[in-house]
Amino acid sequence: MNFFLKLSKIDRRFIYLFIALVVVLPLILKPKFPVVVSKPVQDVYDYIEKLPEGSNVLISIDYDAASMPEQQPFLEALLRQLFKNKLKPILIVQWQLGAPLGTMGLEKIAKEMGAEYGKDYINLGYRPGYVAQMVGIGKEIRDFFKVDYKNIPLDSFPMMKNVHNYNDIALLVGLEAGATYLAWIEYAGGRFKQKIALALNAVSAPDAYYFYQSGQIVGLVGGMKGAAEYEVLVDKPDLAVAGMASQSYSHLVIILFIILGNIAYFIEKGMKNKEGGK
Amino acid sequence: MGTTIGVWIAAGLTLFIYSFLYKDNPFYKFAEHLYVGITAGYWIIYTWAYVIQPMLIDPMIKNKEFILIIPAFFGIIMLTRWFPQISWLSRWSIAFTVGMGAGLGVTGAIQGFILPQVQATLVPLTGFNFETFNNFLIIFGVLTTLVYFYFSKEQKGVLRWGSKIGITFIMVAFGASFGYTVMARISLLIGRIYFLLSDWLKVLR
Repeated sequence: MNFFLKLSKIDRRFIYLFIALVVVLPLILKPKFPVVVSKPVQDVYDYIEKLPEGSNVLISIDYDAASMPEQQPFLEALLRQLFKNKLKPILIVQWQLGAPLGTMGLEKIAKEMGAEYGKDYINLGYRPGYVAQMVGIGKEIRDFFKVDYKNIPLDSFPMMKNVHNYNDIALLVGLEAGATYLAWIEYAGGRFKQKIALALNAVSAPDAYYFYQSGQIVGLVGGMKGAAEYEVLVDKPDLAVAGMASQSYSHLVIILFIILGNIAYFIEKGMKNKEGGK
Repeated sequence: MGTTIGVWIAAGLTLFIYSFLYKDNPFYKFAEHLYVGITAGYWIIYTWAYVIQPMLIDPMIKNKEFILIIPAFFGIIMLTRWFPQISWLSRWSIAFTVGMGAGLGVTGAIQGFILPQVQATLVPLTGFNFETFNNFLIIFGVLTTLVYFYFSKEQKGVLRWGSKIGITFIMVAFGASFGYTVMARISLLIGRIYFLLSDWLKVLR
């Protein structure tokens, strides 16, 4: 009983240290950890696999550096799949601070897969006013993106010649750290019936499940776990898969702390009640 | 060489930020202020280079698109909020934004959220299988949660029990959100530690 009481008064810094150890050790020791693919992630993968060669996929970078560990692995895995299937990514950015991350991921994977800029993929960069933009792309993408992120006119790129609005985009994939995805569902999905797949930060993922259940999105990739599943699907395990052992062990430790904390709380409460009774 | 310096700076700043876990200290404060300053600076430059210059200044000077003076005017008067004597001017811009937002929002919410979500609640309850059970849970969860938020009558009898079940569904949703939040925070820690071990210390290959 004393042990639990001592535990309830433990310095929080020991807990931080414990969590740090549980994260560091699996990264170094690399234990084999199975990554089971869930249905919402499999649905995104399958939908993209079925797209005809040459289809355009609009990728919206709606995250910044604070969400990089969760979103960047998925972006890279997604781009590998798109280039392998000869699909054409069109990158746009709704979060200014995410622009370099999107560009970095796109350039890295395009180089790795031998894709050519302007023919196989394009980066349109950031434009302000996302709601107006989402509605406007339904009419003509050039109303908002006359030039790419290097200020080169859109019509000078072969792959953009026949791209005008959502009718020319087979799938929209939103990589989301906040609530921008709601506007994509509301306007691109609701008004223009654009097919949408979402990769959300784990914090936001539970809020998007009802859009998956209602069929408003074709699939859902949630946090680093979802990214790890996608890395397994594209057969290129990377950062997200490497982090899954640490993720799982740290969850176990947190569960253990919650249980111990609750036991200590009830023991303390019981003792106080006893003392009060006397 | 440039990459190495960058990695050392990033690693140092990461450690500065994490030093807060021990206790507040000048290293943490330095990293925090640096982050805020750089973000603001980057944001200003980006807005100038990718928004104001290509979307306003260049089209007006190079293409003589003088119609852009109107949105530029509304943008500038938004800044009058800093000057109390003429701050009323900013209301024109705000009125425009609110009007546009409300117009888009009303139709968008009906088309994008209300109708599809109501439709998704009208699910079949025929057959004796797992899908039917799931569909039942969805309908039951929606109805009891709505009962919980029904405040026009005192909650007793059936309403009380419906409300209690409703709050249970809400608590389950909160629990799922909390679980995912823990997962998100640990993911960020993994990302940083992975960076320190691989790019900085070169322990991971």
